[in-house]
Amino acid sequence: MSATAQTYFNELADYVTTQIKADERFTCWLSGESSDFVRINQSKIRQAGHIRQDVFSIDLIVGNKHAEASFRLSEDLETDRRQLIDTLQSLRATNEILPEDPHLLIAEEVNSSEQVRSANLATASDATDAILSLSKGLDLVGIFAQGELYRAFANSFGQRNWYSSSNFNFDWSVYSHGDKAVKCSYAGVDWNEATLAAKVDDAKKLLPLLNQEPKIIQPGKYRAYLAPAAVNELMSLLCWSGFSRKAQETKQSPLYRLMTGEESLSEKISIRENIAAGIAPNFGHQGFIKSPTVSLVQNGQFAEALCSARTAKEYGGEHHGANGSESPDALELVAGQLDQTKILEELDTGLYISNLWYLNYSDRMACRMTGMTRFASLWVENGEVQAPLSVMRFDESMYRALGENLIDLTNEQEIMLDPGTYFERSSGSSKVPGALIKDMNFAL
Amino acid sequence: MIRQKIDKFFDETSIDAEFYSYRIVTEKTQRLEVRQNVLQPVTSDEDSGVMVTLRNRSGSGYAGTSVVTEKGLQDAVQRAGRWASISGQNPLIDYSSLELNSLQNDYKSRVDKTWDSTTLAEKIELLMAINHKLKCDDRIVDWSAGLTRVETEIFYANSAGANIEQNFTFLMPSIRVFANEGGETIRRSFVDRCHQGGLEVLAQTQFQDRANLLAAEAIQLLQSDNCPSTSCDLILAPDQMMLQIHESIGHPLELDRILGDERNYAGTSFVTLDMFGTYQYGSELLNVTFDPTVSGELASYAADDDGTKASREYLIKDGLLARPLGGQTSQHRADIDGVACTRASSWNRPPIDRMANINVEAGESTLEDLISSVENGVLMETNLSWSIDDSRNKFQFGCEKGQLIQDGKLTDLVKNPGYRGVSSNFWRNLKGVSDSSSSDTYGTPYCGKGEPNQIIRVGHGSPYCLFSDIEVFGGDK
Repeated sequence: MSATAQTYFNELADYVTTQIKADERFTCWLSGESSDFVRINQSKIRQAGHIRQDVFSIDLIVGNKHAEASFRLSEDLETDRRQLIDTLQSLRATNEILPEDPHLLIAEEVNSSEQVRSANLATASDATDAILSLSKGLDLVGIFAQGELYRAFANSFGQRNWYSSSNFNFDWSVYSHGDKAVKCSYAGVDWNEATLAAKVDDAKKLLPLLNQEPKIIQPGKYRAYLAPAAVNELMSLLCWSGFSRKAQETKQSPLYRLMTGEESLSEKISIRENIAAGIAPNFGHQGFIKSPTVSLVQNGQFAEALCSARTAKEYGGEHHGANGSESPDALELVAGQLDQTKILEELDTGLYISNLWYLNYSDRMACRMTGMTRFASLWVENGEVQAPLSVMRFDESMYRALGENLIDLTNEQEIMLDPGTYFERSSGSSKVPGALIKDMNFAL
Repeated sequence: MIRQKIDKFFDETSIDAEFYSYRIVTEKTQRLEVRQNVLQPVTSDEDSGVMVTLRNRSGSGYAGTSVVTEKGLQDAVQRAGRWASISGQNPLIDYSSLELNSLQNDYKSRVDKTWDSTTLAEKIELLMAINHKLKCDDRIVDWSAGLTRVETEIFYANSAGANIEQNFTFLMPSIRVFANEGGETIRRSFVDRCHQGGLEVLAQTQFQDRANLLAAEAIQLLQSDNCPSTSCDLILAPDQMMLQIHESIGHPLELDRILGDERNYAGTSFVTLDMFGTYQYGSELLNVTFDPTVSGELASYAADDDGTKASREYLIKDGLLARPLGGQTSQHRADIDGVACTRASSWNRPPIDRMANINVEAGESTLEDLISSVENGVLMETNLSWSIDDSRNKFQFGCEKGQLIQDGKLTDLVKNPGYRGVSSNFWRNLKGVSDSSSSDTYGTPYCGKGEPNQIIRVGHGSPYCLFSDIEVFGGDK
């Protein structure tokens, strides 16, 4: 499939090259997938199906004028060529009207590449059988997604980039009752039923605990351990303009006060974009190669903001080939010293928060976030789990929680593949440890 | 073009299924934005594809494809059939007794002034003029204005004879302005006035006249105190009510949530099936409708994506919970009446229970009546931040603009206003609803839900609403 799609994309790109005029340049982009989705509720199939889509985009450039159009490929070469001709004509008409774009930056240096991430997958139907068989007698709910993703870039300078990745992502939870559940995930490129069986067993073991009467805590400040999945939610919200150069320049970033030095984080906090360790393609929509690593926060101090080509042209300086929103594709929060195996002992008395949910900024410039505990969050006393926790809302500035109130991060990180499927399956990932925090503020 | 091809394929192909349907979606989008007086890259998109669904006995499978060739369609039918067979071995839903829709209908958005009635250059000039108005002060650090036009055609047909063609035209105007001083940055915006219709929406929403006021308010808020932390009366303007309705009425009433489908992602609901017809959701002033018949509101339509005819229904009447947001399949599962709300974001996602237009009906007080009845309170406008628990109960929302009310009069502006509460008792504190003279309709294209994930367009109309004894707060410093 990959080779066919790659050949087809290159044929189209070559065809565009023959159709443009002497003063025209172009970039084009392909985002495609062939994915199976199986939605499960009560360990039965709710919806199951397959999605096949190929989105082809072309940016036609004349001088510094340009406009972009996208359409879905039909896989019939003649049909797609006709669509390309129509699209080029439409873009030419648009470009005649447009002013020059002062912030256009084009990848003129040719950097071709090919990344093919192969996988050892079960068929989607076999994987589904395994999931349903292992979850017999449980109330399991979630989504299994599997298939091939590909991204490609080409331009009139002859650059050609190809990325394809086959993988699976099973994002699920096992319910005890009401809103009490164990959240799990199993994702990767090498399907192993025994691994899944072990994860299901681990979830089963927690269910009796969740059946106990939940602990209701009053609003106030609590010592809390945030498991990696919970820390990942904090990082995901920070990725919403927190590390963006444009957001820094326009003073909208929640980490703006970190950049100015007005605030700082704990010296234990170092954050980087680590494309080299992620699964996302190493090239972007404009054809620039992404920097393998970018240090964003170093020992609690602002280091650098992620910069796209457009922002670099607007504000000066170098860019990192970052995407248009300047959000990390493969964020890493560097591990700390806390022994992962002794986390209950270190927590002593407080909240063990396995997952957070629906985060947003309650005061963006103070980097103050609010959100909810979710799934198997627990009340711990003297290093012993006592009861499941009724959901609580936190409302806390990260300058405190990941600043003066951060006790430490765990010495092990968890790699998480983004299960997101808005518009298309995500190729994002993250690598984060857990965090032990004192005096975390819970408001409701 | 692709419609003819697909119709012909299904006319000429023998489908091995007890029931099949196909839903063709073509959508053309153009986006224009001017930021800091610079036209941003102009983009257009033409999306097209088909979703095929097959059912055999208890199994149902789907396949969506953008490859609309005979080979692509055959492949889709085979894949849908294969998944129907697999899901039939372990189905959640028994489709065998589900009534089949055979509706024949059509729908078209009303458009008085087409997108092409002004040239591209004129539209850019309009956005540029708004940009110049927004940059009125050195403290304005970022500003932009945009227009997005979407034309969507959805055609649904099935083996029971349904044949529904719906043509939608959407206009989504936007203005954003940011003012900064030191470490404080304030946003004012106009982004949730998305409607069906043509360029006449701009005049209807006073788009061209908003810039001066938004920029001035951003500067004023920058110089204002933070909203105080206290419990007091709270009046929410329609542009915050839309979010309040959405998160703490719309989502908890979704029947597929109540049935547990969303528990791994979007969440469950504090509402249970036994509460319909008996549960006092809010005070007697609360009347909420599912209304896909409002001309120009963002999520109006004639039929949903399962081919069920859409009609106006009360979800909450005089405060009493009446019916859920559940489409045909969920109604069948739960044995309860719902509404025509089975919707998909596009051809590449299967339909699920969604909001459409969820509106709070106007009351009898004037806005002035509401304000004058408040001894100590805050009026909040324009949503900025939203967060709610997975049962849709404990919420915390932030707004762009707050204004204190003292002794029945609006007084000082306050910045970073926020409030928190619990859905299950918040609506019972509703003690005033303004009349239709101060009601307004809003819409957003960004309601997220479902596995695989989908975003969909929803509309919310509301008057000003007054709530008593609400916990409000402001920013850190």
